[in-house]
Amino acid sequence: MADEKDYTGQTPAWCPGCGNFSLLATLKKTLAAMDIPPHELIVVSGIGQAAKLPHYLRCNAFNGLHGRALPVATGISMVNPDMKLLVTTGDGDCYGEGGNHFLHAMRRNVNMALFVHNNQIYGLTKGQASPTSRQGMKSKTQPFGSLSSQFNPLSMAISQDCGFVARGFIGDREHLQHLMTEAINHRGFSLVDIFQPCVSFNKVNTFKWYKERVYHLEEEHDAGDRMKAFQRSLEWGEKIPVGIFYRHDNNRVLTDDLPPLKNGPLPLQDFDPQETTQILEEFY
Amino acid sequence: MDYSIRIAGEAGQGLQTIGAALGKIFSRLGYHVFTHQDYMSRVRGGHNYYQIRLSEKAISASRDVIHILVALNIESIDMHRLSLHSDGIILYEPQNDEEEEDEQFLATAFTQIAKDAGGNKIMANVVAVGAILGLFGFDLQVAEEIIKESLAKKSGEIIEGNLKAMQAGSDYVRKNCRKLDRFQTVEAEQDNLMLINGVQAIGAGAVMSGVRFYAAYPMTPSTGIMVYLAGKAVDFGIIVEQAEDEISAINMALGASYAGIRAMTGTSGGGFALMTEGVSLAGITETPIVIAEMQRPGPATGLPTRTEQSDLDFVIHGGHGEFPRVVLTPGTPEQAFYAANKAFDLAEKYQIPVFIQADQYLGDTEWTYRDFDLSDLSYKDYRLRHKDLAELKDYKRYAVSSDGISPMAVPGESRHLVVVDSDEHDEDGHIIEDAETRIRMFDKRLHAKMERLRKEISPPVLYGERTAPEIILVCFGSTYGVIREAVDILGKDYSLAMLHFSEVYPFPALNEFDYADYLRKARSTVCIENNATGQFNRLLRAEMGIACSSRINRYDGRPFTLESLVEEIRQRL
Repeated sequence: MADEKDYTGQTPAWCPGCGNFSLLATLKKTLAAMDIPPHELIVVSGIGQAAKLPHYLRCNAFNGLHGRALPVATGISMVNPDMKLLVTTGDGDCYGEGGNHFLHAMRRNVNMALFVHNNQIYGLTKGQASPTSRQGMKSKTQPFGSLSSQFNPLSMAISQDCGFVARGFIGDREHLQHLMTEAINHRGFSLVDIFQPCVSFNKVNTFKWYKERVYHLEEEHDAGDRMKAFQRSLEWGEKIPVGIFYRHDNNRVLTDDLPPLKNGPLPLQDFDPQETTQILEEFY
Repeated sequence: MDYSIRIAGEAGQGLQTIGAALGKIFSRLGYHVFTHQDYMSRVRGGHNYYQIRLSEKAISASRDVIHILVALNIESIDMHRLSLHSDGIILYEPQNDEEEEDEQFLATAFTQIAKDAGGNKIMANVVAVGAILGLFGFDLQVAEEIIKESLAKKSGEIIEGNLKAMQAGSDYVRKNCRKLDRFQTVEAEQDNLMLINGVQAIGAGAVMSGVRFYAAYPMTPSTGIMVYLAGKAVDFGIIVEQAEDEISAINMALGASYAGIRAMTGTSGGGFALMTEGVSLAGITETPIVIAEMQRPGPATGLPTRTEQSDLDFVIHGGHGEFPRVVLTPGTPEQAFYAANKAFDLAEKYQIPVFIQADQYLGDTEWTYRDFDLSDLSYKDYRLRHKDLAELKDYKRYAVSSDGISPMAVPGESRHLVVVDSDEHDEDGHIIEDAETRIRMFDKRLHAKMERLRKEISPPVLYGERTAPEIILVCFGSTYGVIREAVDILGKDYSLAMLHFSEVYPFPALNEFDYADYLRKARSTVCIENNATGQFNRLLRAEMGIACSSRINRYDGRPFTLESLVEEIRQRL
């Protein structure tokens, strides 16, 4: 088994007490326990506090543009499906700016794990409403309260038949490690939405707020039952469930049966221009 | 011998089938062919045409005057008869037993002949092909070969029907056409020329340069590149993905490039508007990418199926911040083929975005060539992989070097980690904000590379009068062919040359060819562009401090054609 220290990267620039610290620690523990060598791992991110995570981990990293982590990860996965691929992102990055890509990455069933640090607020830009903010939440840019309804990522994912849909909470690291492990092991696209309070800007959805509400889905919960899973994903209020809502591996993974990958990942295949010279023949 | 044929009718009537077949037949017979298409943004109806010019000499433009009009509907006659040469002929599908007005008209019941001879009215297109070949008195043997090839998967009965329909079309005009000797032909100097359009040339050039991943969102007139590459996916191991939008397309291509292969995307102006943040990302992360930008008239949706050169400023400047890029503007399918190769080579060598900028006109026009010289292609793998990478003690993705180029490793191939970042970063790829590192990165990424890149850019081509021309026609991109032919015509009366730029950014230096000296010494310089404001003229002035003495701009969405361009140039001389 690898050591957590093997995954130590740069010193985080997050606010003291930020929920991201626990998330990062849990991720390192997960990777060490799974014995994934840093060089076989690629972590892709966009922009936001969550998107800085790849720098704080030792791994291959592509820290791209706001909302665009999923297309980058899709491109990587399509040419080299052998790499372990993670995307770390936030609720604004993934569900707001990158919402369209979120939808289509699920449809493609890209083989990767998506960890969304969900704090129901924009942190990096200092406290505006995010897609997962409660409707009516007031902020400097939403003086009359957020007018839009709250986005439900789990219901969305289940509705699209995403093969692995889970929710975790950084206040329960052991459980979160279990979810991360299962998500990384899942073949295909896996979503883990992770409650992670923002200590600087979200004064409503605090650590205490989550702690009081979060409970585990029962052991009897049948994660193979899509309708049940959908129903449970709608629970929101005094009690909010965490755990694996829905999982199955019935769907074709994007890179399954892709003819150019028959001979292995594309970066390992040599190219010889001499073997292409016949392509001009069809023009005669 | 120099004849032009125009097939006109509604979308969906098969004029493309007829045009494509004729181009293939003439080029296999050894004639030089030039084709262009004019079509509306609709799948059925409207009015479209396909024009084919053939000659025993090399040609590079469409003419205004046509010799044969195939009118698939009656409206086509009114729309095009003014373009008809005095000795020309209109073959038309009769509707109400109209009287033929004179020997310029020949009612040809394509559909009825198809039914009678081939057994199916769908073969009317082949009847039209036969009729045109009959007008020239061409033997049908080569045409038969081509029909058999294109219908190889069909039953023997269908093939036989088509061959009979073509023969019947030829027989009909041979029997009924008055003045059958009006189209004299000359024997071609060779047989079997290659017929290729700009889109196919870019695609073929990309395949031969090792493209492995192409992501795009369909958009006219760039879609043809995607279609071409998708057709090569199995044979050449290329992954083609249709993205949900152009933002995704360029980011997918950058992800694939980062993973260690040659990647490309393509679009038109509207799609490129969405890609610009990705171009900037390629800039700061130093991720190689080739982008084909096939222009069509804007703004916004503009004229979706037509042509313009109005994205030059946009492609040179699109993307926030400052970073190096290269913009290639080929003028012919042959130049486009080599431009694709050069684009990949420069993108990989300098780790930058490289553009192949063309337009609907170059994309769709077909030209003939004997062959492309494949020994002019280059391929070198600039990536750090396998043993070379594994043996390194330390690896830093953005290690500072005097030439500005840091080693680009493939992630996963060794214990070394590859970290890239859209933030300003240090040599390891991690976020920084200090001024000193920022300047070091700029000096490496931008200044050092730009200095070397300038030396990679080919100078413009001077065609026509080479010693001190009094008049210089200045141009870039797809206007090459028509201006070249204009020079051939006007060169008889004037001391005149064309100066064509096929690589425009960085702007070509003067050390290899001091074209600025020619421009300064010329009595008259005319900048000819397919746009309204003279973007290239502005670029020339900004880069060289030279302003052309006059401009010709066409911005109606149509390409320049030979006779009308020659007339416009004469007016300015």
